[in-house]
Amino acid sequence: MTVDNDRSIVGAPLPRVEGPAKVTGAAKYSADNELPGMLHAAIVGAPVARGRLVQIDTTALAAVEGVVRVLTREDMPTFGAVHAFQAAALDLPMQSDEIHFEGEPVAIVLGTSLQAVEQARPLVRVRCAAQPPILPGHGEREVIAGEEGERDGGSVGEEGGMTWMVWPYGGPVRIGDAAASLETSHTRVGGTWTHPSRHHNPMETSSTIAHWDGDVLTMWDSVQASFVVPPVLADALGIDPGNVTVVSPHTGGGFGAKGWVWPHQVLTAAAARIVGRPVKLHLTRADQYTSTGFQPALTQHLELGADSSGRLTATRHHVSNITGLTETYVEGATEVKDLYACPALDTGQDVERISVGAPTPMRTTNEGCGLWALESAMNELAHELNIDPLELRLRNYADREPTTERPWSSKRLREAYADGARLFGWYDRPRDGRTDGPWRIGTGMATCTMGQVRFPGNARVRLARDGSVRIETDIQDIGTGLQTVLTQIAADELDVPVGDVSVAWGHSDLPSTGPVYASSATVHTGSAVALACRELRKNLSEYSDTPSVTDAIAETDLAEIVGEGKFGLEGNAPIDVGGGDSGYAIRSFGAVFVEVAVDPELGLLRLRRMVGSYSCGRIMNERTARAQMIGSLTWAWGKATMERSELDPATARWLSKNLTGVHVPANADIPADIIVHFVDEVDPHASAIGARGVGEVGATGVDAAIADAVFDAVGVRIRDLPITPKRLLTAIGET
Amino acid sequence: MEFRVNGEIHSEQVSARTSLLDWLREHPGLTGAKKGCAEGACGGACTVLVDGVRMNSCLVLVAQCHGSNITTIEGLADVDGVLHPVQKAFIGEDAFQCGYCTPAQIMSAVASIRERHTSSAEEVQEWMSGNLCHCSAYPQITAAVLAASKKVTG
Repeated sequence: MTVDNDRSIVGAPLPRVEGPAKVTGAAKYSADNELPGMLHAAIVGAPVARGRLVQIDTTALAAVEGVVRVLTREDMPTFGAVHAFQAAALDLPMQSDEIHFEGEPVAIVLGTSLQAVEQARPLVRVRCAAQPPILPGHGEREVIAGEEGERDGGSVGEEGGMTWMVWPYGGPVRIGDAAASLETSHTRVGGTWTHPSRHHNPMETSSTIAHWDGDVLTMWDSVQASFVVPPVLADALGIDPGNVTVVSPHTGGGFGAKGWVWPHQVLTAAAARIVGRPVKLHLTRADQYTSTGFQPALTQHLELGADSSGRLTATRHHVSNITGLTETYVEGATEVKDLYACPALDTGQDVERISVGAPTPMRTTNEGCGLWALESAMNELAHELNIDPLELRLRNYADREPTTERPWSSKRLREAYADGARLFGWYDRPRDGRTDGPWRIGTGMATCTMGQVRFPGNARVRLARDGSVRIETDIQDIGTGLQTVLTQIAADELDVPVGDVSVAWGHSDLPSTGPVYASSATVHTGSAVALACRELRKNLSEYSDTPSVTDAIAETDLAEIVGEGKFGLEGNAPIDVGGGDSGYAIRSFGAVFVEVAVDPELGLLRLRRMVGSYSCGRIMNERTARAQMIGSLTWAWGKATMERSELDPATARWLSKNLTGVHVPANADIPADIIVHFVDEVDPHASAIGARGVGEVGATGVDAAIADAVFDAVGVRIRDLPITPKRLLTAIGET
Repeated sequence: MEFRVNGEIHSEQVSARTSLLDWLREHPGLTGAKKGCAEGACGGACTVLVDGVRMNSCLVLVAQCHGSNITTIEGLADVDGVLHPVQKAFIGEDAFQCGYCTPAQIMSAVASIRERHTSSAEEVQEWMSGNLCHCSAYPQITAAVLAASKKVTG
């Protein structure tokens, strides 16, 4: 396999192929579909966070025009067991009278109009025998076990009647004697860093339409991975997965919330089967807060030891996150252990079970959380030792993956640091802040990294006699530019104009492929398209040795010629992380530099400019890759300065289930002065096309860079996110 | 009730409990306007123009629209399908990702330009901050509005 990085189609800033559909309103999202005879559904959630359901009283609904039926637990079939890495929650609702979290579905209102079910829903009286909820700080803690050095994808196990997601993250890693090394280190820094819980808040709340024709089920669904829908519905409803069709071309944002199948999807399909009519469920914004997961609140204790030159001698990193009473989710923050060369390492994680629903991955999981602590500590260490923060990183640069000694598939972080520093003017920056009117200006930097998550990918490519090329793959469009990138890959591989290439996607009749989450899709499906093109060329060469595929097919009497592309992982793994069994450590890297302004009187914090410089393998489309990074940098600004979902300390309900009380960045928060840069790189091992993951890596490390810029501006260290005006004023007041 | 949607007269009885957003989506099937929250908090994924003024259509009852002239994203391109300059600029500047908020961003941009709130990047940022884009294409949206503003106002 060779990859030529000089050809112009790949990498070119081609405008998005689905652009015209999106600017005219023609792009159809799940809830935009209407079926004849369709009923609307609204889910009634448990009003308390813990207890037992006593009675559901629907007498008040008789007065609401258009209500057809209210389904309760008695109407539901007994669901079969569903499995991790496909289903987000393994404990399906409406199967018992036990309530495990506020908002857990207890009834479904069905009506002939959306207005009817919305009017009826609050009239359903749910009587519960409530118990005090288990609140944060009072839950049982469970230490995450796991084989040291275990790196592969997860599996499923049963223990004590509880089904566990065995996640490849969070198990203890001990190398050397970290405790002893810390004792004897020249300099030690450390502390406790916290994150609040946060919700994904895609602009499109999840929507599902289920339609049965006999035993055949069709789902119009907002998902980030259509391939997991049939197996989960088949397991839950006892049907053949081959009888489930999923239609999902466009997804209105997900950020992890639509990755695995959630109970509302199963309930919609079950409801449609019970009433014998199509059913549409479009979660409200408030529903989304209790239906599709969240990033769990996280506490990290981290300590670094270093010698006088700044070389790390030891790292100790212990992390705890909240999880549900029946669902185990480990936020793998200790996955940052391979960022720097360090001779002694001690990491571990635990989870605390409280009365909430299942957490789930969210941009950016694992390293996005862990780097808040690690990169903050690195910045504190640089300050203690009076070494430039970037120089400190270079002194601890890992030329091989530290915990395994494996070579990197490709790593050009040194160039990313150098280019980013140059674009930002890092070495010319004023030290210890400066003043601009009422504002104190500060700068900060951090390293970014994310382990590569890989899935198998599948695609079919058809070349017709008229020279048109059609790519077929069942993947979603979630705005990453993937369909455009696939077009470029096929045009490049077959040496045809991009205008002759079309993509069919978003329907399960097409070849099943991987997800559009975890910054994985270009690697799995981009590779599959390239491999399909290569197979197509091989098949065509049996008829003609003319180099041009369009000339070649014209010489034959074929109507079309087809190539099937399968991108597989070593050992036929269904998923691998950080390289799996490839023999290489596979990871994306970057460096981020920020300048902020702080008003010390009012506690205001403003972004002035950012530079992100990345080592992410071959960039397939400069324009869509830039958009991915700007999106992630903006997400990180939201995480660092505004986003937080708080549980009511008495009832364990989410306090603000809306975008009024939960703030996310608006246009005015994000200045135009954001520079995104990619180093010129081709990764020969991560994929078949030279690419690695782009996107989520951009939202890692940024919070630590922002916090260090705040320190530079006003001299206070904030270790609790988000950095709110109140926290800033309190910290400034204490100095 | 009689009102115009994208130039077409609709003369019919409407339910008192139906929002303009739900009516647009379910009756004429104009699904370009999206539901992000139905309470005016998501930043207007449902933005349409009512008599030229941008409105969160989830907060307007269709029963309030008698005599109104409503424009949705579906009515923005000309009859031959030639895109409006704002639509072209959104493609040209890559001002969207998932596309869910895009019809609303475009309607808001059309109104901002008409209201003459697009003289600088900072002004565009303020006047476009009523529309959240959680994929966060904000710098590109600002660039698109500025580019379209130049085309529209000359």
